[in-house]
Amino acid sequence: MSIELGDVENIAHLARLDLTGKEKEEAASSMSNILNLIDQMQSVNTDDVAPLAHAFDTAQRLREDKVTETDQRDELQKIAPEAEDGLFLVPKVIE
Amino acid sequence: MIELGLAALSRALADGEFSSVELTQAYLQQIAQENSDLNAYVTVCEELALSQARAADEARSQGNAGPLTGIPIAHKDLFCTQGIRTACGSKMLDNFIAPYNATVVENFIKAGSVTLGKTNMDEFAMGSSNETSFYGPVKNPWDRSLVPGGSSGGSAAAVAARLCAGATATDTGGSIRQPASFTGITGLKPTYGRVSRWGMVAFASSLDQAGTMTQSAEDAAMMLNVMAGLDLKDSTSSDTAAEDYTKDLDKPLAGLKIGIPTQHFSEGLNADVEKCIREAIAEFEKLGATVKEVSLDNSHLSVSAYYVIAPAEASANLSRYDGVRYGYRCKDPVNLEDMYKRTRSEGFGTEVKRRIMVGTYALSAGYYDAYYIKAQKIRRLIKNDFQKAFEEVDVIMGPTSPHTAFAIGSKNDDPVTMYLEDIYTIAVNLAGLPGMSIPAGLVNGLPVGLQIVGKDFAEAQLLNVAHKFQQATDWHEKSPVK
Repeated sequence: MSIELGDVENIAHLARLDLTGKEKEEAASSMSNILNLIDQMQSVNTDDVAPLAHAFDTAQRLREDKVTETDQRDELQKIAPEAEDGLFLVPKVIE
Repeated sequence: MIELGLAALSRALADGEFSSVELTQAYLQQIAQENSDLNAYVTVCEELALSQARAADEARSQGNAGPLTGIPIAHKDLFCTQGIRTACGSKMLDNFIAPYNATVVENFIKAGSVTLGKTNMDEFAMGSSNETSFYGPVKNPWDRSLVPGGSSGGSAAAVAARLCAGATATDTGGSIRQPASFTGITGLKPTYGRVSRWGMVAFASSLDQAGTMTQSAEDAAMMLNVMAGLDLKDSTSSDTAAEDYTKDLDKPLAGLKIGIPTQHFSEGLNADVEKCIREAIAEFEKLGATVKEVSLDNSHLSVSAYYVIAPAEASANLSRYDGVRYGYRCKDPVNLEDMYKRTRSEGFGTEVKRRIMVGTYALSAGYYDAYYIKAQKIRRLIKNDFQKAFEEVDVIMGPTSPHTAFAIGSKNDDPVTMYLEDIYTIAVNLAGLPGMSIPAGLVNGLPVGLQIVGKDFAEAQLLNVAHKFQQATDWHEKSPVK
């Protein structure tokens, strides 16, 4: 399987990455090599095998639906790039 | 005193041979002398360490000391530490100071341990050589032109160079065991879910597991006693009861059944490394164990399946780095999309971007079944192989790595070459099993690691097996420190 520059651009956009021309070329080549490694999986027939998402196939633990966390908003926003009046600031989204 | 292992230090502190303050000062002095070259620590917490050491000595004088009280340790720089930067080897988190402690960190604080600092690592734990760190490569204390392995290279080098009594680390595909092997120390990756992941910067959530880097198995058992247990803050934390991991250390090994996977002694394994491993296994036979061959039929597919599953999970986990709530944000974004894209492109290094790209591709429409579901099916086959083998044997042994430590810069041309570094360790993470690497010999003056893999939650048995070997041999006492 080989990855073309167009594929790289599409994937980079999905991943919200902005790659330079040189980075795109490098990505196309290294991703092609990685996909060749990955494609070794296709050598085994797995039609009757159930996927294993998690090593122990366990169910999510449930807890009672009650408030356990305290309000730490100010503490958590101290490390934000930009916050004001309890809000995270980002570039304008709606004109 | 710093040449002693954690267990010996614990006894010396209890006997009043020296104080925690004296011990902490000795480590800080050694760090000041060695770290600028080794680059094992990215942050040294001198003031905090000394105040914790004073508190530990005070607690001891009042009769309130436990086994880890006053023991100076280091944390891999992906465990969140309140008030101390947690950078995870990345420019993205270069300014990140967590407002809370990881459960693992909190457990060591409760045990009275001293935090010397945070150790260097591959960026977001993605690497096998510690060369992808934003803070530069760590050097191997045995030969400073070589890598210490990765991703927990800083923790491994810190223990090997006697810059701490023990260190925490994490292992997603071999990140504890391979650096332990390259630096001649004892590395333990517990069963998935044995140690809480809460407060650990996530890489691949179904594979990540925290563990220990120490001089010996006894040291590891003492650290695991502090780390293991159910944590309701981590939904995948296991409710299987934690044990006293030191209790079985001295059990005789008579009757132990060791499985040797044919696939781990095939093409690609360095002949001198193989000789060390076979001699180590012969030593176990002398201790009363029996050895038989087992087959892990699908182990050759473990790297392939891993490089779908781990990047897929990483691409989802790392989507949180968007420049909004914490971490790096690009300068003067013109709009939201520009902010996301430039923040992520400027904040992440090459290998991290590469894995996000691979993961995004594997999860994208049209490829999900062919890659992601296929990899999960292979994951089941790999787990089945281990389950079948464990019907016949108690533990599985083989080399941790096909060779000894390699030169800095020698494997950076093709990422696949680096990915194949973890060929013997990755399957263990896919199956969720506990694994160790212990020193088993030297080849041309460089350490060789023996990997020991156990059944689910059989950490006490693994540590027993490793400890008995270390009672009979002295490979774990070999040190690069003159």
